[in-house]
Amino acid sequence: MNKSFENEMKLEFVSKSSNESFARVTVAAFAAQLDPTVEELADIKTAVSEAVTNCIIHGYENKIGIVKIIAKLRKQELILEISDKGKGIEDIEMAKEPLYTTKPNLERSGMGFTIMESFMDSVEIESIVGLGTKIKMTKKIKSVEEENKEDFTMLTK
Amino acid sequence: METFFDEKNKLLIFRMNEEIDDYKVQEIRRRADNEIQRYMPKRVIFDFDKVSFMDSAGIGLIIGRYKFANLIGGKVELANLTNSVRKIFDMSGILKLIPETEIEQYS
Ligand SMILES: Nc1ncnc2c1ncn2[C@@H]1O[C@H](COP(=O)(O)OP(=O)(O)O)[C@@H](O)[C@H]1O
Ligand SMILES: [Mg+2]
Repeated sequence: MNKSFENEMKLEFVSKSSNESFARVTVAAFAAQLDPTVEELADIKTAVSEAVTNCIIHGYENKIGIVKIIAKLRKQELILEISDKGKGIEDIEMAKEPLYTTKPNLERSGMGFTIMESFMDSVEIESIVGLGTKIKMTKKIKSVEEENKEDFTMLTK
Repeated sequence: METFFDEKNKLLIFRMNEEIDDYKVQEIRRRADNEIQRYMPKRVIFDFDKVSFMDSAGIGLIIGRYKFANLIGGKVELANLTNSVRKIFDMSGILKLIPETEIEQYS
């Protein structure tokens, strides 16, 4: 294992939509070691939910496949890789556009990537048609302690 | 999800009490459309007071019910948006289309 990571975990599960909740709760529990705020935890859960849902409904189109999550903690940062070996994305720039969806019939809103980008510090998409898609996301965690310190400075100003 | 119907005012209230994601939304959608068809309400209120998690599946859910209610002459409204739910709706712009309303929180 790469020494520069303080902690790391890997999770693989079958692409069933009933696993979406399990996936986001597991990543949130792992990230809790960085002492995130309630809001940061909610943001992480949402971004994971979006990425995992995409693997299941777009990548595998509800066929059975494996969704893989690698989560790393480095200093005060969470680094996530969420990937599938499904159909891949033809036009990544288009996919990132708000409201763009290839599945409007499923009542998808096309807001998944927009939410990931706004809730995380960085989002990178790697995809090859026919081979699959990997989403890399990072988020700096302002620890609760730091936040309290800030509140305290504000109080004493 | 609990359903309440006020016959006099033709008001249908859905009190959501689950996590709203792509998995849970399938059942919510089916039940909501059934109830809307059954009661033919003038107003449909989605109450988010007890929602602990919602991702973009919630946006599709509300837009879909908004369209469905319109077909039968009903209007959709949103109540008790929590901070995290509001954050998702804000991003989609649907709060410009669908009004927020005040109803009592329940315990
Ligand atoms: N893992 C994936 N595999 C294949 N296509 C994907 C994947 N993730 C996203 N996409 C494509 O990108 C589009 C936009 O994704 P997103 O912003 O999450 O919106 P939505 O899921 O509501 O369609 C999807 O409609 C789909 O065409
Ligand atoms: Mg999506």
